[in-house]
Amino acid sequence: MTEITIEERVDDRPGGLRSVLSEFWAYFSENRGAVIGLFFFIAIVLIAILADVIAPHAPNHQYRDALLQPPFWQPGGGFRFPLGTDAIGRDMLSRLIYGSRYSLFIGCIVVSVSLVVGVMLGLIAGFFRGKIDTFIMRIMDVVLAFPSLLLALVLVAILGPSLINAMIAIAIVQQPHYVRLTRAAVLSEMTKDYVTAARVIGVKTLRLMFITILPNCMAPLIVQAALSFSTAILDAAALGFLGMGAQPPTPEWGTMLAESREFILRAWWVVTFPGVAILTTVLAINLMGDGLRDALDPKLKR
Amino acid sequence: MPLLEIENLTVSFQTAGGQFTAVDKVSLHIEPGEIVSVVGESGSGKSVAMLALMGLLPWTATVTADRLAFNNQDLKTISKSELRKIIGSKMAMIFQEPMTSLNPCFTIGFQLTETLKIHLGMNRAERKKRAIELLELVGIPEPRKRLTAFPHQLSGGMNQRVMIAMAISCNPELLIADEPTTALDVTIQAQILELLLNLQKKQGMSLVLITHDMGVVAETAERVAVQYAGQQVEKQQVKGLFSNPHHPYTQALLNSLPERSNSKILPSIAGVVPGQFDKPKGCLFSPRCDYATTKCHTIPPTAASEELGKALCHYPIVDGKPTNYPEEVNP
Amino acid sequence: MFLYLFKKLAVTIPTFFGVTLVAFIFIRLLPGDPVLLMAGERGISDERHAVLMAEMGFDKPILVQYGYYLADLAHGDFGTSIITKRPVLEEFATLFPATMELSICAMLLAILLGLPAGMIAATKRGTAIDHTVMTTALAGYSMPIFWWGLLLIIFFSGTLGWTPVSGRISLLYYFEPVTGFMLIDSLLSGQEGAFQSALSHLILPTIVLATIPLAVIARQTRSAMLEVLSEDYVRTARAKGLGPQRVIGLHALRNAMIPVITVIGLQVGVLFAGAILTETIFSWPGIGKWMVESIFRRDYSAVQGGLLLIAAIVMLVNLAVDLLYGIINPQIRHTDS
Repeated sequence: MTEITIEERVDDRPGGLRSVLSEFWAYFSENRGAVIGLFFFIAIVLIAILADVIAPHAPNHQYRDALLQPPFWQPGGGFRFPLGTDAIGRDMLSRLIYGSRYSLFIGCIVVSVSLVVGVMLGLIAGFFRGKIDTFIMRIMDVVLAFPSLLLALVLVAILGPSLINAMIAIAIVQQPHYVRLTRAAVLSEMTKDYVTAARVIGVKTLRLMFITILPNCMAPLIVQAALSFSTAILDAAALGFLGMGAQPPTPEWGTMLAESREFILRAWWVVTFPGVAILTTVLAINLMGDGLRDALDPKLKR
Repeated sequence: MPLLEIENLTVSFQTAGGQFTAVDKVSLHIEPGEIVSVVGESGSGKSVAMLALMGLLPWTATVTADRLAFNNQDLKTISKSELRKIIGSKMAMIFQEPMTSLNPCFTIGFQLTETLKIHLGMNRAERKKRAIELLELVGIPEPRKRLTAFPHQLSGGMNQRVMIAMAISCNPELLIADEPTTALDVTIQAQILELLLNLQKKQGMSLVLITHDMGVVAETAERVAVQYAGQQVEKQQVKGLFSNPHHPYTQALLNSLPERSNSKILPSIAGVVPGQFDKPKGCLFSPRCDYATTKCHTIPPTAASEELGKALCHYPIVDGKPTNYPEEVNP
Repeated sequence: MFLYLFKKLAVTIPTFFGVTLVAFIFIRLLPGDPVLLMAGERGISDERHAVLMAEMGFDKPILVQYGYYLADLAHGDFGTSIITKRPVLEEFATLFPATMELSICAMLLAILLGLPAGMIAATKRGTAIDHTVMTTALAGYSMPIFWWGLLLIIFFSGTLGWTPVSGRISLLYYFEPVTGFMLIDSLLSGQEGAFQSALSHLILPTIVLATIPLAVIARQTRSAMLEVLSEDYVRTARAKGLGPQRVIGLHALRNAMIPVITVIGLQVGVLFAGAILTETIFSWPGIGKWMVESIFRRDYSAVQGGLLLIAAIVMLVNLAVDLLYGIINPQIRHTDS
């Protein structure tokens, strides 16, 4: 028996994951907008987590003595309701604070569901090719042939209007993007030598798919996840606005807008603030997404 | 009077890792009708120097020079529109990649006649006649038919001929050819080189040939400037350079030519050109030089005399041996 | 070129059948008895139920039902509205011009502003102008347009009183539709002030609907332009002594347009999705509003027909864009010549 000794060489470079992360941060932090977006997003997450502590009122408590009260800087407003109240006397600020929970929840669920399903289908299509690939991709083509919001609306019409069903519908509408991206990435990775090498030494199919190939396809998927997080929030708010998403009295931002529509020319604040909340949240996530793309896309690296 | 004067040209780029000097105090004089070759490895800054002269560098570049003149006209102080009148007409350039250097969305004819319209103000019929003439001149068969072709319908060699036709369309006094044959098949390389030399003779223009191929230099040029890591390390007549190189880099380059090698193993120069982050303190060639001493590693050399080809070396080589070489170290 | 078109058709045709399948299955996926849903009658007796079931073909095997459905479609029968009892295709055709007018105006606005904005941002890369244009574009891309519409109404209709709140034209004017496009019809009618009225009704919805395509086009133009500007042929163009206008406006733009055209084509689907919200906010009598109302009225055969027709239109426009793409890109135009 021969003993093989492997000479251990000391690698004095900073450790694997840490160096990857620090390089990532170096690229990411170069984009000022992305950093601002990130901090704003963290702030929203904190607000959502701490809603019970920081909200001055319960989101659905109706103060009959203060209907449509304007925000504090306008005559008639006061610090009891800093951003005013809606038509049935609920505190706008508290409803907005609690609303952030719904938006983040929607984003998380929609992204996880569509990401997991999309990546699985994309892996299968790209890895096995042939009939199963054609079959999956044709179905995705069909889903993409419909305007996304329209298809989501019709799906909700089938499932019945509720927040959960709206999320399912949006996840179904979004996952073709993940399938296409994963498939394209898998196809380009499959031609590379490291995959051939892994095959030659007899790596099993499942391990090849998930351990060898998938990690190398992550960059575009992460960027897409950020983009679809914001699209999910927008679409869910749109469905809520059309009455096909979260149902009143849920303090979801889109639903709040729908409820306030009739007061549009009388009480600007009930219309303005929920929209500002949606816009800034989505903008923050999109800024982050742009930064992620710059940091992860090797094609754009200088 | 020289046609082109370049005195201490320096080009630096603003990069994510700070300022990077790509061309460091390069000087070059070109007489009318002369063929000069600029030699060096990739990354030695030979193209960048010429692009700087033409004003074609991106906005991240900073260009400084003591003198930059064409036909005694100062290119440093000239206005952008004045410069545009010179480049493309009196001073033209062809590039390394013929397949990507022509616009894929326009026909050969359109791209060829564009300069004729802008610089010479020819009318449609004149332009067409001249375009056919030019394509004939560069040896493209059926020129009339080719005018309506798109670049992707022609081969790389044909596209390079089109590029040459475009460059000489206004009878330039100076043609800069930036590795014109590198991207082409070996058989085509010789044809394109011959075409360039023929045109140079016929038109009486000056030719600057940028290349990394010493063989090309031997066949074409009269004078040679050798560049390394942005610096000019040696300038000589072709004959002298091949028989008696003065800089160790030139010597090493010549030794690595297959036809000059007399050992079984073809000698090569170990290592690569230093980049932005690994520039040596002393002589830039010292990490790869067979003769390097402590002095070489610590003190940047100054240029030697005119007879020694202005070699940028502490111990310029004469007849294959370094001069003034300290005795205690063995090469 | 023919090979290219053939390939595109080879993908589009099966997709179209997939779309018909989705529309077909839609009715059968709805919770509840399809006969009750489609008949729109209350308190149906068992005998009447059986008659209706046979009449609508729900008693046949599902594949046969699909066959009948396709045959009906081939004859131009997209079903009959449960509520109005009019053919769905007829309702769609009456309302479609309104959506088309709005969409065309929005698209024109998006292209006319988005292209130059993207070009300017690319050529002024890294400057304050670039940052301003790109931040604005990203804000537009992040915009909940239903709220944006409400905001514009508050400001321009409420505070300033400049624009009307809803509809396509003031009730003072009436004329028979000729083209279905209010701007053209109002001119044809010769009634004084009709055109101005139609135009003032169109402005806010157009801005709202154009917002997202405008942002997408500006961003795409910038990135395409940046990529093209670093290409060798742009350097060649500059080496020829061409001025910046010719280099950017001709040599670079022509190449940058190729990816931008694709993105513009993809905006057609975005426009329809946007039309659903925009038309709802501005009470614009188009198919977006009609679809939403049909869903609320449980007029499922209208939803089914509308879904199919909209998808078909989107696919048709995308095919047309592919054709245009082939024409503008010589590398495709000459693939098989």
